[in-house]
Amino acid sequence: MCSTCGCSSQASGGVTITKIGEEENHVHLSAGGHEHHHEAGNGHHHHHHHHEADGNHHHHAHPDAQEPAPVKTVLELERDIMQKNDLLAERNRGYFEAKNMLALNLVSSPGSGKTSLLERTLVDLQAEVNCFVIEGDQQTSNDARRIAKTNAPVVQINTGKGCHLDAAMIHKALKQLAPTDDSLLFIENVGNLVCPALFDLGEGARVVIISVTEGDDKPLKYPDMFHTADLCIINKMDLLPYVDFDVAKAREYALRVNHHLAFIELSATTGQGMEQWYDWLREQRLALRN
Amino acid sequence: MHELSIVLSIVEIAEEQARQNAARKVESIELEIGALAGIELDALIFAWEAAVPGTILEHAERIIHHLPAKARCMDCGSTYAARQFFEACPSCGQYLSELVQGKELRVKSLVVS
Ligand SMILES: Nc1nc2c(ncn2[C@@H]2O[C@H](COP(=O)(O)OP(=O)(O)OP(=O)(O)O)[C@@H](O)[C@H]2O)c(=O)[nH]1
Ligand SMILES: [Mg+2]
Ligand SMILES: [Zn+2]
Repeated sequence: MCSTCGCSSQASGGVTITKIGEEENHVHLSAGGHEHHHEAGNGHHHHHHHHEADGNHHHHAHPDAQEPAPVKTVLELERDIMQKNDLLAERNRGYFEAKNMLALNLVSSPGSGKTSLLERTLVDLQAEVNCFVIEGDQQTSNDARRIAKTNAPVVQINTGKGCHLDAAMIHKALKQLAPTDDSLLFIENVGNLVCPALFDLGEGARVVIISVTEGDDKPLKYPDMFHTADLCIINKMDLLPYVDFDVAKAREYALRVNHHLAFIELSATTGQGMEQWYDWLREQRLALRN
Repeated sequence: MHELSIVLSIVEIAEEQARQNAARKVESIELEIGALAGIELDALIFAWEAAVPGTILEHAERIIHHLPAKARCMDCGSTYAARQFFEACPSCGQYLSELVQGKELRVKSLVVS
């Protein structure tokens, strides 16, 4: 249940999108894609939309639909199941292109250091470029609050039971975030190396983060994510002396899955290697012009 | 469990098609799922059983075609069956390959009435 409005859409696996600092104005997105808004000072909200408690939506015969065909019809569809997400992702991509924005989709296992990397990056780069953040977590706005401390505008998406962000959520979040032209948008996906791989958000590049406290065979165990990424960050390098992690092996495994992958080794805690990351970001931004 | 979102998308496609064809029932639905599409079949079936009752697909026969993955070696050009993204080329031992089949995630056909 949403603690702000008492609406049950979160319990049904629905999605809530909240801009930090403007918590009263949040948006619910149910699994079927229906939405309703809450605005500050609006005691009641009108449920005149189709909003089913179980997140399913049911087929209601259209009043003026013709009598059903008595015969069986074979529809050869060949329809990509991801098509709806992919079309919306392309729309987001067009939005980013028109605004000359670099949008990055950051994916990793839970706890690899996505938020820590962003915190340091935002502190270091905000003087150089306007940065915006979309945070994805199943529950809580803890990460968005951490980001808000750096003064970067941030929207939290709570996916409820959902295990990944999708293009529709980003589309909605962008309306609340209202990023400026020529800016840098970081999207921190839900900590999960499996599900987010399938969902294009419209990002310019996908960054997968692993940390040396995980196994160096992660790329072989979770190949889908490494297959779709452009850059692999190996984080927590400060802990390398204490753990059994072979950086060369991790790189080799990841390259087997995706030979286009680039690598940066760094520590979000000590700051070592961060300059390389910033240089990579600068290169990606320059490449937008071509 | 992104398989649940996949099932909801399939339901949406079926409902849209039924509406467009003024059909009342979906008799059967044929899916094509590549071996490297990122879909766990067991999870898909579990999600199906949770999400499909009460929708137009409730009584539809579900036919799943599993498409094995095929890769083409970028070194020697041979095409081979790949069980994973990182299968070495059996002819030359290289890992530089491109997937030519295995990422499919499609509703192939529907029979409506
Ligand atoms: N030693 C060390 N610890 C780090 C580093 N980066 C992150 N951590 C720690 O790892 C833990 C998880 O970091 P987060 O940044 O919250 O990770 P996350 O990927 O955002 O986690 P989720 O959002 O829950 O998926 C925290 O305790 C961090 O302090 C690093 O470079 N070195
Ligand atoms: Mg985080
Ligand atoms: Zn070969």
